[in-house]
Parts: sequence; structure tokens; C-alpha cells
Amino acid sequence: MSTATTSGTGTSSTGTTQEVRHAKPPRSGVILTAAAWVIGILFALPVLWMILTSLHSENDAAKNPPDFFAPLSLDGYRSFFDAGPWPPLLNSLTASVLSTILVLLLAFPAAYALSIRPVKKWTDVLFFFLSTKMLPIVAGILPLYLFAQKVGLLDNIWWLILLYTSMNLPIAVWMLRSFLAEVPVEMLEAASVDGASLTRTLKDIVAPVVMPGIASAALICFIFSWNELLLARVLTSTVAGTAPVFLTGFVTSQGLFLAKVCAASFVVSLPVLAAGFAAQDKLVQGLSMGAVK
Amino acid sequence: MRSRNSKATLVAATTGLALSLSACAGWGGGGVGGGGANSINVLMVNNPQMVDLQKLTADNFTKETGIRVNFTVLPENDVRDKISQEFSSQAGQYDVASLSNFEIPIYAKAKWIAPLDSYLASDTEFDQADILKSMTTSLSSEGKVYGEPFYGESSFLMYRKDVLAAKGITMPAKPTWQEVADIAAKVDGAEPGMKGICLRGQPGWGQIFAPLTTVVNTFGGTWFDKDWTPKVDAPEFKDAVNFYVDLVRAHGEKGAPQAGFTECLNNLIQGNVAMWYDATSAAGSLEADGSKFKGQFGYAPAPVVKTDSAGWLYAWSWSIQQASTKKDNAWKFISWASGKKYEELVGTKVGWTSVPAGKRASTYENPEYLKVASAFAEPTKAAIESADPENPGAQPRPAIGIQFVDIPEFPDLGTQVSQDVSSAIAGKMSVDDALKRGQQLAEDVAERYQARGQ
Repeated sequence: MSTATTSGTGTSSTGTTQEVRHAKPPRSGVILTAAAWVIGILFALPVLWMILTSLHSENDAAKNPPDFFAPLSLDGYRSFFDAGPWPPLLNSLTASVLSTILVLLLAFPAAYALSIRPVKKWTDVLFFFLSTKMLPIVAGILPLYLFAQKVGLLDNIWWLILLYTSMNLPIAVWMLRSFLAEVPVEMLEAASVDGASLTRTLKDIVAPVVMPGIASAALICFIFSWNELLLARVLTSTVAGTAPVFLTGFVTSQGLFLAKVCAASFVVSLPVLAAGFAAQDKLVQGLSMGAVK
Repeated sequence: MRSRNSKATLVAATTGLALSLSACAGWGGGGVGGGGANSINVLMVNNPQMVDLQKLTADNFTKETGIRVNFTVLPENDVRDKISQEFSSQAGQYDVASLSNFEIPIYAKAKWIAPLDSYLASDTEFDQADILKSMTTSLSSEGKVYGEPFYGESSFLMYRKDVLAAKGITMPAKPTWQEVADIAAKVDGAEPGMKGICLRGQPGWGQIFAPLTTVVNTFGGTWFDKDWTPKVDAPEFKDAVNFYVDLVRAHGEKGAPQAGFTECLNNLIQGNVAMWYDATSAAGSLEADGSKFKGQFGYAPAPVVKTDSAGWLYAWSWSIQQASTKKDNAWKFISWASGKKYEELVGTKVGWTSVPAGKRASTYENPEYLKVASAFAEPTKAAIESADPENPGAQPRPAIGIQFVDIPEFPDLGTQVSQDVSSAIAGKMSVDDALKRGQQLAEDVAERYQARGQ
């Protein structure tokens, strides 16, 4: 779709030969447009199917071949909200929001020290950050569990916040570093000539310029912590259980559960969608209003 | 200005969130610190009976006793992982968990769960004598009771009476496997798209090997004999598996290598098969209101060959973690959930087909239950009572268990062998090869188990 529009507006301002092309778009453009649509639909289809299934009754949802035109019902959502989803949703929100804020507070200065005023051996430091992601979480799960048990942190949301923060910190540092590296040195020099302090420079000069970077790093961190299942399943029980753990609870080996699980999945993914839209706004804003073009 | 305002709101909101949380560990479990002394935590499998229990607890148990119950429900495989993690570390986060008669004797030996005899002695209303004897046996270890059944099941043969009658066939009162195979051949295709019989083919020790091990038992086979010699490639085991695989391949359901309990249940409910050998607990769904062929189903005992009965025994049960500090309250919960009154409560509030049955003799004397369950109540009770977990086959066994061998290594062994048997059903492997590999795996298991000196 976007391909067609660009070629259309691009040609309208130029000569007559292209005016003809405008009336009859090139074949490759049509094919690309069609391909873009097909790929777009293919990507959206499973999600749409999930939403449709969530609106069917359990019996219709289990039918094979699927019956897309079965009567709609809200039973799936009803049983989801009857099961008491608020504590797990609030737990997820707490863990994701607080860990994301912590990550940004720590990652921003770290990224500054790795790009604008690089510390000695900054490449090694960057690699060190990356290397902390090389150990699969599952390999560390037993010590994490036993440690939490000994110090009484099992089923405690603060333990998850701490783990999510350390889990996302390296990614955020890497992302913010690449954004900060783009900040023109001239701007920083101008700021220091005007006598701005370091905090002032960071807050009023650097931060607005790298807003899209901060927004996308925050979004990634939020999504990763919101969707995290392994740590949450192993380390929480009745008090600090998060939404993904709650979601898996609808699966049963006896009886039907597809509509319920689809309804639950849809509700649980809503906050992520909302965060995505919020950040998207910031991303676009940051890109178009940025000091450098 | 606006952005500053929203920033201030954000800061205020997060600070508020952080402050409100600084004293507590999360939002669940009734708030700060998990609900205090007068609450218990229960970890259980997400089966329909447990979902009913969860809905009924607050308005009944909590109202009567003042004890708050915080539930965690998980799918079967996840709950097993979580339970073994929780109980082996004795983390004490959960007071009660739903365990099956597979775990309970193992956990009892490891001293991970508390014996219940002292509670049973003082809580006469619970009436342990009313619990079916085979249940008590399978939930005990060294003479002590470690678990109370929530609902129990055996296995039997379910079939469509109308389909058999249309072909002029009557189901024998106590069918043999050969008779069942012959009937399956005759009713195969009785209606368009209808297959003769549904048998599980999905890999997993609790999937295909639940029914298949009962077939092996009655063919005279066993996983291990009394002194732990593996017998997986012995002629009896091989005959049984060949019989099962041949029957499914010739007259079984479509997609058999992936079919488990749920798939077979759907097949029978939708009229895609004429017979099904599986759990007695399935009958409640077959006879539920709205089921397409309600009232047309017949029930026969598990088919036999060399033994007198062949049905399995399984019970989701409650046990108390040894590390729990609230054992008295935990027992009160178990006594309520597994009690007679709870069955009445489900009967009146949810429906009599949803009663967690198969554990108490009194259930089968309750006229209201019998009114809806008349078709399958007696066959179910007979199947559970005839199941003998200590001596299920043609030879003495080294460990308790009918459709499983009650050692910690069995799930792994059963699942690995089941993958090959499932491949044999799909036609990708021969039964001989599958069992040859199974024998090697079983030898390893026997060696490891004995080396641990248990």
C-alpha cells in the first residue's frame, strides 16, 4: 500500500512522461503492493483468529474444521474475569513498569559513559554487558530459586522486579548507546560553552534528542518483562503471580479451554498493545521534532 | 506545560505504586504478606472439578471456617513440575497440593508430605471407612494414609448401544480384548465416517501408556518382574503392544498418533467412533445435558485376557506439605473438599454430573446422584473396587501401580517408550524395534533405581 502512495506522490510533481506512469502504475509496484497486503494479512490473521475464537463458545471453538460463523458469545471473557485476574494483572504491571523505570535510570548514564564520554576500554564494557545475556535464564534458575528460598524472597514481586531489571539492562544499554552515539558533538559543545552542567546537558539536550531511543528501549523492556513466563512461574505462587502464569492456568488436560485461553490471551496482550501505541506516538514525535534531520 | 504535568503525574503514580508495594510482596493472596495466619495456599491441577471447587470455596468453606484459601491452578504438566520443585525443596509456600496416587507413595517415602492418621482419628465426620478401599491402599505408604482422594477413576469400555444394536451385536457382560477387536471390525464404518474404536495414541506416560499398560497387564506382561528384571521385550508385552497397535491402525480413530483423552472424548461425543476404552470419569461428559448421544452409551468393564479385571486406578488427591506451618487449617480444607457434604454442594449448585465422584461408597447410594448417573455409576464403582494396585497383573510386582510403575524414574521411561510406540501407530517404526529400545531404557532405569538402594 505504502509503495503505491510513495510512487504516486513522487511522480506527480515531475514531468509528463511520468504523468503517464502515474495513470498506469508499473506492474512491479502492483505486485509489491499485493505482496505487502498478503504478508500484512498473513501476520494479522492468527491474532484475528484468536480474537474470533475468544468470542465463540467452547464447543464451537473446539470444532475441527473451524466454524468461523458460529454464534458469538462472551462466555470466554466471563470465565476469565470470574477467575480473578486483577491481582496477577497488577503484579505484571508493577513488575514491568518498575523494572522498566529502573532499567532506564541505570541504562541512560551507562550509555552516556559508553558513547558520548566513553570510558577506557568501552568496547570491553559493552561486550561484558552483552555477555551477561549469553547464559540462558534456565541455566540460572536453580540458584535463583534456592537463593530466594533462603532469603525469603520467594513469591515476592520485588525479586521479580530485580531480576527483570537485570535481565533487560544490557539490552537497554546497547540500544541507548547506539542512539546516544548519533548525538552530534557540536550540540554538546554548544551546551558546555553555554555553561550547562552535566545533569542539565543530559536532561535538556541529550534526552529530547534521543527520545525515540528511550521510548523504544522502554517499550522493549516493558514487553519483555510483561511477557516473561519462566522466572515468574518458578519463583512466584499465590501472592506475586504474574499475568502469563495466570494465563497458562486456563489450559486443562480434561475438557475444553480454547475460547477461555484466547479470551485471556487477548486481554493480557492489551496492555502491551497500549504501550506499543503510546510509544509509537513518541517514536514518531521524536523523529519528526528532533533537532537533527 | 502539559508534558511537565503528565511527567509529574507519572512520577507521582510510580512513587505511589512503589510506596504501596514497599511493604508487601504482591497483589495476590488477599494483600499484604499473603493473607496472614488464617489462610492457606493450595496448588492444584486445572481440571473441571477443581475449577468448580475454586468457585465454591469462598462462599462455603471460608464462610464456615473463616479460613481464606489462595489457589494456584496450572495445567497438568506444569503443576507436576511446580509441585516437585516445591515439595523437594520443602519451600513451604503451599500447604496443600493436588497429587495423584502416582506421586503420593513416592513423596511419602521421601517425607515430603505429612501423614494424615492423627487428623483422621479426631475428625470422625470425615469417615475414612467410606473411602473406597482400593483408593485408600493406593494413597498409603507403610500403613499410613498420606492423601485423601478428591475424585477417582478407573477405566472401562464406553460404546454406542444404538450403533451396536443396528449391527445386531450385543456387548458381552465381561468382554475380552479379542471380542472387542471383532466388534470394532464390525462397527467400523457403521455410519459414514465412523471408526470402530478410539484408543489413545498420543505419546506420554500418562497418555498412551495409561490404557496400554492395562492391556499389557492383562496379556500377562509387565514392565518389571518382582526382582526388577525388565520385561519390555518379553513375548507377553510384545503381544499386547502388537494387538493394540494393530487394532488402532485397522479400526482406530483418525489421527491416532496424536489422539489423547480430549481427542477421543470429542470423537465419541461427535459420533466419529463407536467405542472408546478410557477413564471412567469421561462418562460424566458423555451423559451431560447437551451431549449429542446422551442416554445411548453403554458401559462394559475393561476388556481382559488373562486377568480377571484390567481397569486402572487414578485419583487426584490432596496432601499436606511437611514444611507447612498451617497443617490444622490445611486438614480442615481437605476434610471439606473430600467430604460427603461437598459432593452434595456440587450436586445442588453445579449439577450432579459434575460431582467429584469415584472415591466414596456413599456417593453410589445417593439417589440424586444415581438419578443422573444411573448408566455409569455402578460400572464405575465396580471398576474402581476391582482395581488392585498392588497386584494388577499375572505376576508379583516390585512396586505399587496399575497403569504405571510407582518409581520416580517411570514418567521418563514411559514417555520415551511411548514416543516409539506412537511412531509404530503412525507406521514409522515396527513394534519390535520400539520395544527393543524400550527394553534397553528399562534396563538403565532398573540399574539406576537399584543403585540408589531403594
